[in-house]
Amino acid sequence: MRFHFDIKKFFVYFFLILGALIMIFPFYWMIVNSLKTAQDMTAYPPTWVPSNWFNFDNYIEAFNKAPFGIYFINSVIVTISCVIITTFTTILGAFAFSRLKFKGRDLIFSLMLGLMMVPFEMLVITNYTTVAKLGLIDTLAVLILPFTSSIFYTYILRNFFLSIPDSLYYSARIDGASNWKYLWRIMVPIAKPSLMTITLLNAITCWNSFFWTLLVINNDVNRTLPYGLYAFMTEGGSDTKLMMAAATFTVLPMIILFLFARKYIVNGVARGGLKG
Amino acid sequence: MAEAVLKSKKRSSSGIFNTKWEPLIYLAPFLIGVIIFTLYPFFNIILISFKEGYRQMTGAFQSFGFDNYVHIFTDPYFINALKNTAMYVGFVVPISTALSLFFANLLNQKIKGIGIFQTAFFLPMVTSVTAIGLVWKLMFNDRIGVINAMLGLFGVERIEWLLDPAMNIWALIIYGIWNMMPFTIIILLSGLQNIDPLYYTAAKVDGASSRKQFFRITVPLLAPTIGLTCIINMISASKVFGELFPLFSGRPGTAYNLFTMVYYIYYEFNVARHLGYAAAASIILFIIVFVFTMIQLYVQRRWRYY
Repeated sequence: MRFHFDIKKFFVYFFLILGALIMIFPFYWMIVNSLKTAQDMTAYPPTWVPSNWFNFDNYIEAFNKAPFGIYFINSVIVTISCVIITTFTTILGAFAFSRLKFKGRDLIFSLMLGLMMVPFEMLVITNYTTVAKLGLIDTLAVLILPFTSSIFYTYILRNFFLSIPDSLYYSARIDGASNWKYLWRIMVPIAKPSLMTITLLNAITCWNSFFWTLLVINNDVNRTLPYGLYAFMTEGGSDTKLMMAAATFTVLPMIILFLFARKYIVNGVARGGLKG
Repeated sequence: MAEAVLKSKKRSSSGIFNTKWEPLIYLAPFLIGVIIFTLYPFFNIILISFKEGYRQMTGAFQSFGFDNYVHIFTDPYFINALKNTAMYVGFVVPISTALSLFFANLLNQKIKGIGIFQTAFFLPMVTSVTAIGLVWKLMFNDRIGVINAMLGLFGVERIEWLLDPAMNIWALIIYGIWNMMPFTIIILLSGLQNIDPLYYTAAKVDGASSRKQFFRITVPLLAPTIGLTCIINMISASKVFGELFPLFSGRPGTAYNLFTMVYYIYYEFNVARHLGYAAAASIILFIIVFVFTMIQLYVQRRWRYY
């Protein structure tokens, strides 16, 4: 009996470790190749480790060939603006849909839920025309503007707001607090975990956004990291080790974010989060 | 009672707050964005799909009818896109679901180092498909790639994953499975954790083996969750696009053989500049997503009876 138990544990760990190694391998491979020298690269079968773990030449060269510093700053500006504005509109919208009473509220909300299944890919043609008419093509604003409202996050936060008991609201109102004060002083602090999740999922989506950027950005100085990386591949030749350095630089901020906020991200996704 | 007290208080405040217009202040920022960038474009794209020879900036068009639809259904690129998308969904979703079920079950055991395992299994979820796609491009390289090197150990001959048009879709599918697994594992794992442990205790008392427990308790109780993840994944797999760019340097496969639904929309809109065709293809994509969503709602409703 005891022997049988150990065999089972052994297989559990064996397959978990094997699976984990396969899932993590591309990240390992990206970092290893970003540190390889030209000589390392030509070896076949490929070498599993670089000849020098502290060879950062590829990073320096990639930065010299393309303005990855600017791409990084652009990504940061776009992501932070997007997250701040979306969180703000989401909080206000979720409050209206959960706490305030007005004519047609449930009808509007159902309409919003219906719109949730519309794929963004379907909207790009008209949205391109809209931002072009506003004269915003090839600016950073165009990467933020279409994403200031999120039905999906508003839906998540509204559901959380609905779980806050009514009695809290009425006692606050009787004490003389306005709706506005009640929302920011009481509801928002209670909803912190939900807000954290929404913020993180939104930041990840923003940082990795590619399709829309591909359509509306041309100029080098307005590129974000994922698009800058792709442009580097098509324009800058095909020096693989430089691309691996640039790719590492692109995904590193999200890896760090994930390591620090894994619980929030995983919980958020478990509730249906992260749309592709 | 409390509402009556509130009503009497209303008069004391000033401005737009505390009037019947107050909800509008809260809704406006959210609604304006939705109306301009979701609601309006949704209806507009339906109209554009019926306009032949539509011009983007002037909005001019030649005739109104089904010409765009007729065109795309006779366009070999679009037929190719439908086929590839169906094949991608058909392989990626079942395989990644089966593998995810296996690993979710392992991650649900009492094990040491769960944080490390979670990090390893879930990390691909937060990283850009463009950036990691470049690594897969290197791994799929037929001469220096690590995948061929590994297969070589088992006596498999060199495969031209990214050069041979017949192999292109398999590279995309393998990358897609890897990409889809983290999300699927998380959803299935949370489903597993919601199963009442009492079922397993009862089964153990009756002397059921762990194999039997898995197939007689876990799988049936998890079936609605499995169904739900399959449909969510079918929707997101139908929209496969960003993965193509790093693998094939922005082309849909080596020989324009690997169009997908969204790549076709992108191609007609941004490269060929036939907006009507892109719009008609968008509507077809929407119909596919719509059908999947209806199935999802049906599954979710049935779920409640469990």
